[in-house]
Amino acid sequence: MTAPALEIAGLNKRFGGLPATKNVSLTVMPGERRLIIGPNGAGKTTLFNLVTGDLSADSGSVKLFGQELMGMRTPERVHRGLARTYQILTLFPREKLVHNVVLALLGLDKLRWNPWAVLTGHRHLYDQAREALAQVGLAASAERVVAETSYGERRRLELAMALAQKPKVLLLDEPLAGLSQGERQTVRELLGKVPRDVTIVMIEHDMDTALGFAERITLLHYGEVIVEGTRAEVVADRRTREVYLGD
Amino acid sequence: MQWQFWIIQTLNSVAFGGLLFLLSSGFSLIFGLMRIPNLAHGAFFMLGAYFGYSLLARGGNFWLVALVAGLGVGLLGIALERFVLRQISGNEQGQVLVTLGVSFIIADICLLAWTGDPMPLPAPQALRRPLIIAGYAFPTYRLVVLVIALVAAVGLYFLMERTRIGAMIRAGVDDMEMARGVGIPVSRLFTLVFLLGSTLAGIGGVLGGPILNAYPGLDADMLPLALIVVILGGAGSLLGAFVGSFAVGFLYNFGIALAPDLAYFVLFLPMVLVLVFLPQGLFGRVQL
Amino acid sequence: MTRWNAIWLAIVAALLIAVPTVIGNEFYVNMASQVLIYALFALSINMMLGYGGMVSLGHAGYLGLAGYACILLTINGFDQLSAAILALAFSTVMAGFFGMLSLRAPGLGFIMITLALGQIVWGIAYRANDLTGGDNGLRLPARPMPFGIDLNSAPRFYYFALAVVAVALFFIWRFSRSPFGASLMGARDQPRRMSMLGHNVWLIRWLTFVLAGFWGSVASLLFVYYNLFLSPHALGLQQSAEILLMAILGGASSLAGPIVGAAIITLVKNVISSYVERWNTLLGAIFVIVIIFMPYGLVPGCRELWRRIAQRRKPSASKAASEPAA
Repeated sequence: MTAPALEIAGLNKRFGGLPATKNVSLTVMPGERRLIIGPNGAGKTTLFNLVTGDLSADSGSVKLFGQELMGMRTPERVHRGLARTYQILTLFPREKLVHNVVLALLGLDKLRWNPWAVLTGHRHLYDQAREALAQVGLAASAERVVAETSYGERRRLELAMALAQKPKVLLLDEPLAGLSQGERQTVRELLGKVPRDVTIVMIEHDMDTALGFAERITLLHYGEVIVEGTRAEVVADRRTREVYLGD
Repeated sequence: MQWQFWIIQTLNSVAFGGLLFLLSSGFSLIFGLMRIPNLAHGAFFMLGAYFGYSLLARGGNFWLVALVAGLGVGLLGIALERFVLRQISGNEQGQVLVTLGVSFIIADICLLAWTGDPMPLPAPQALRRPLIIAGYAFPTYRLVVLVIALVAAVGLYFLMERTRIGAMIRAGVDDMEMARGVGIPVSRLFTLVFLLGSTLAGIGGVLGGPILNAYPGLDADMLPLALIVVILGGAGSLLGAFVGSFAVGFLYNFGIALAPDLAYFVLFLPMVLVLVFLPQGLFGRVQL
Repeated sequence: MTRWNAIWLAIVAALLIAVPTVIGNEFYVNMASQVLIYALFALSINMMLGYGGMVSLGHAGYLGLAGYACILLTINGFDQLSAAILALAFSTVMAGFFGMLSLRAPGLGFIMITLALGQIVWGIAYRANDLTGGDNGLRLPARPMPFGIDLNSAPRFYYFALAVVAVALFFIWRFSRSPFGASLMGARDQPRRMSMLGHNVWLIRWLTFVLAGFWGSVASLLFVYYNLFLSPHALGLQQSAEILLMAILGGASSLAGPIVGAAIITLVKNVISSYVERWNTLLGAIFVIVIIFMPYGLVPGCRELWRRIAQRRKPSASKAASEPAA
């Protein structure tokens, strides 16, 4: 049997006295599309932050393809195949789009330590970056500065930066937030085209897209896993309706 | 002779620690609440000493002079906060550099007004004679400075822990956004803390005068010590400033007495240890 | 590099080489050498400030570390070249150590720790009488003679300093355009994102701290060779603040900024000091005024002004250029 792409076990994190995640365990198999849902404050983004190492957990374990990530710093986890996008856009606003993606590529390239080479001389990085931008439909905007682009374009840039790294496990934190109907459709198609060797875990509130996309769903509530199962199971579950409809 | 040496040096150390507490408690509070390391704090201390010198030369009562000079420096602190730092609120790094610029201006004006010669401040008449206990002489004035610093520490403790204002300051140190959200008048609080911190530094300057003298460069001597106190004790914490002050007081004073060549090296070591093992300082409430 | 840039570079280089012949007067040639030395100090601190967003108030500490090391080694019988190399090595290793301490805290803590470290170096130089001569300072017996060239005349020392600074400038220029430089600027703007992209932000900053320390040490050696003397007064907080101000005044985000800032501050200081004694007040005032009214410094400020003028002159062309290709 192959190791799960992502295996979280007994993950705990408290902020002061408040538990943000309580004994969270979940297992995502390679190639799976997993959706994480839950009301605001359920601990979804905290869970991502614990997986990436942005926050350090109080206890528990996170394994990527069987390898323990706890105790590793964020960049080391990234080098083992983890990538994520942010719900709150975290880009380099004064730089061109293509430069944003080049920084993503540099993160996995030994070249990043070179203080002598001329960055713009490394055409292959720029070609790869443009390719990633083209993937999300931003080929024409590569030379524009982030600050001059629209919100929808920035959302897609977030995605391009993560995809450019060719991750094994991709964490998407509300990739559709704030997008128009048309843009949602674009991103939806885009996500559909991501190859199956990338495992995707997604937090999303737009149920139409999310349900159409996900194979398995995990419902978080007050930092705890309440329900987990296939799309149909979770939708049918009494507890799901309790959480979302308030009894 | 041996015993006398240790007695004197110990008292020097605690008296110096007391002065450092007056200086660094204000620095630490301002930094904890407003995220401004006020690099003019050393200059405030020096200015207090010079104010004290001039007022004493006109025949003022020592304790009254300490209070008046302290308040004078406190008003200057308010002016700095209201008219300069507010101009660039939000630009934290800019604020630090502006306080540094102001400290240069103050230092230069002191040089102009009080010349480059060290100015000795006379201790109060009654405290100049050493206290003789069991045949050993204790320098009375230093004992009194220590007592004043302890009283100030207790007073600050009560202000912080037992009063409404203190509760508001603590709330601001722990979480400024939250404090704003629950309706704490943050702007007035800033001014108050700046007044308090600057006044303490000014009073410290006057009290330190009879021990250290007022001289050009006093600011640059005191500022790094205050920084080391805060690095050791942790920012935004009264207890940290208290423990840090006496630790630095002892290290610096005994360093100078026993191995003058290495006095600064002796300060360096504990700073390294704390930074490596306890980057928030011993009792830090906020990230440095 | 565009054709215009190359032409500008050639003109500036020709002017710099012509300085001693054009000026002639030894006093002013020496001042030009000082400008060069401070330009290197400002360029080195700007590797941290401009590209890394790290404000150091302890940069003059390298003057103490490299400067005293070089003089002490020379006095104790080392030849000039070994003394210089060992001093640079010692100072750079210390930069590594100081960097580890300073980077324990981000932002404001970094400023405070670098200030404290700088003052500790000053305090040791001031107090350690037996080693450093305390307040009296130490004298370097003579300037070095690289390849047997005597550097005692003002123009010769100027050319020596120019050569060193040119080499440093070339390295720092490459640094600013390199992948490492791009990572550093990314870490300045979005440290969290950079870690999430696989960059080790701490290590990037630390390496920059060490590189800045190295070039600061090189500038320190020039300083000592120029003055043939070092005392604690040269490495106090004021010196650190002046170096920092040069970078901010000229404009930390550009390569030319620190050089322009160094030239202005050095010239103003020399001119003012010969008339009045109030340099510190002026220094403090420049600090306050620059930070409140000119936070981005002169060079970017002037560039922005120039861009606006150019835009007004040919509005149609520039509009087309800034419009994205649809």
